[in-house]
Amino acid sequence: MAGVGTKSGVRYDARGLVEPEAEVPGIAEVSGDTARFDAEELTTRQINLELRDLVYRQGIKDVTIANPGSKNSLAVGILERIKLTIEGSPGWFACGLIDGPEVHIQGRVGWSLCENMMSGVVVVDGPAGSLTCAAIRGGDVVVKGNAGARTGIDQKGGTIIVMGDVGINTGFMMQRGRQIIAGNAGDGLGDSMYDGTIYVGGEVASLGVDCVPGEWTDADTELIERKYRIYDLGPVPEFKKFVCGKQLHNYDSLEPSERKLVI
Amino acid sequence: MCGIAGVIHRNGPGDIGVELTRMLQSMKHRGPDSTGYALYGPSDDMVVIRFILAEPNESRGFGMDALIEKHRAEAESRLAKIGAEVATISSETGYAFRATMRYSGELQPLADYLEDIPGCEVLSLGNSLEIVKDLGDAATVDEQYGLSSFRGTHGIGHVRMATESDVDLASAHPYWAYPFADVAVVHNGQLTNYHHWKRRLERNGHRFQSECDSEIIAVYLAGKLEQGMPLEAAMKDSLDDLDGVFTYVCVTGNELGFAKDEMAAKPLVLFESDDLVAVATEEVAIRHLVQSEATTRDPFEREVKVWQV
Repeated sequence: MAGVGTKSGVRYDARGLVEPEAEVPGIAEVSGDTARFDAEELTTRQINLELRDLVYRQGIKDVTIANPGSKNSLAVGILERIKLTIEGSPGWFACGLIDGPEVHIQGRVGWSLCENMMSGVVVVDGPAGSLTCAAIRGGDVVVKGNAGARTGIDQKGGTIIVMGDVGINTGFMMQRGRQIIAGNAGDGLGDSMYDGTIYVGGEVASLGVDCVPGEWTDADTELIERKYRIYDLGPVPEFKKFVCGKQLHNYDSLEPSERKLVI
Repeated sequence: MCGIAGVIHRNGPGDIGVELTRMLQSMKHRGPDSTGYALYGPSDDMVVIRFILAEPNESRGFGMDALIEKHRAEAESRLAKIGAEVATISSETGYAFRATMRYSGELQPLADYLEDIPGCEVLSLGNSLEIVKDLGDAATVDEQYGLSSFRGTHGIGHVRMATESDVDLASAHPYWAYPFADVAVVHNGQLTNYHHWKRRLERNGHRFQSECDSEIIAVYLAGKLEQGMPLEAAMKDSLDDLDGVFTYVCVTGNELGFAKDEMAAKPLVLFESDDLVAVATEEVAIRHLVQSEATTRDPFEREVKVWQV
């Protein structure tokens, strides 16, 4: 399909897809089962094409991307159990829709890290923007700095660990999974959550609707200590536990037919 | 969507034209419809005014060259009549003009008198503020207006994706806070009590150049500044007075500040060093200004911060 050029040199096709004619750059230095390439001069599409070519065509299991330059949508949709190291900071939507890879980001990330992630591990050395791990289904994500507003919104599984603070409405409409927040949490923590558990080490500005303190068990201690040990996060601070109060209308005990009668 | 950016040099002037162009062009994907700059050059006793006599699309109409020339002559005549001693007047585009002048009177009558000319819109007025905005991406506007050579202490910029109004200069950011000298705003978001504040400010004698909600913020803040309130306090008040989702950056003759709404619904990334502060909607813009992996952070909800030159 013919592309439409712009003054910036970036090309779009009729569907708005960026760089429809981009090809695999083929610049990676491959050594056995590992590969490394510098992304500084590459566009987002070229970076992802290079990565996918290494993983899916060449079967490389250990890839390093240098100088990502905060470009958006890097390493999205990787469905193999590879090891990926990003030397620097990717931008928004990094590692979305992944299923299986073990990713180490040696920098910070923008909004929407690991959106809809299915499984795998992502460790970020710096902070993350808002909407971190939105609708995540599984896997572990560790953010060693702060994370922004609405962290783990609509979370459906997995574990989110944030060593710094989180913003407003963290855990909003959370449905399952766990959040371990070592720092402070903003207003409306766990607002309208259905299920799941949120642990907070610092202060909570305010709890959201139907989010209540939970009863601490040995399983909670075991979980947090194990995660701290696996990811080498240092001494375990004291945490408070928050769960769904299950007082909202969707938790009544009525059958649908009975509910109609009540309404 | 839209993207905003700001940069302030705290130890003397820098190449803010080049810097903002780099930042804005890197966020072209957030808004390719129009690009605007509010730049602060050296301040002296001259008043600098930027105004347009036609929208870019109108200017290509039949007979428009002669009409614009007639209105330009009228503008010069009116400036002289109101007591302004024009030193220079120039145009890079044929429809957008820049003039410097000696003028010690009130700014509002001057702006009103000029805008009484059909098609005239004053984009900025003050001792150091220059607002430049036009259709297209940052590289296009930079090339058109020769902004790469602009040196100054601070500035802001905006790339716009038109969502609720036309692709034209009236809807392009930044907005000057008519009739207050040297105050401008760029904004990413939507204000839901726009009509409330527009009516209220109009009752107090303000007029608006556009139907854009972002212009409210500029005039709202300038009104508070005129009453003697510090910029930071005015911006904190705005978090309670303005409804909606927003992140905005405001600049005055010697300050630059940002405010994020209570939902933190609109993004901003902040880089801060001893001599340079930069803010942008996306990290990628900061990377185009500071080449290395510099430390940045995302401000939280209800955060307001102001820096002085």
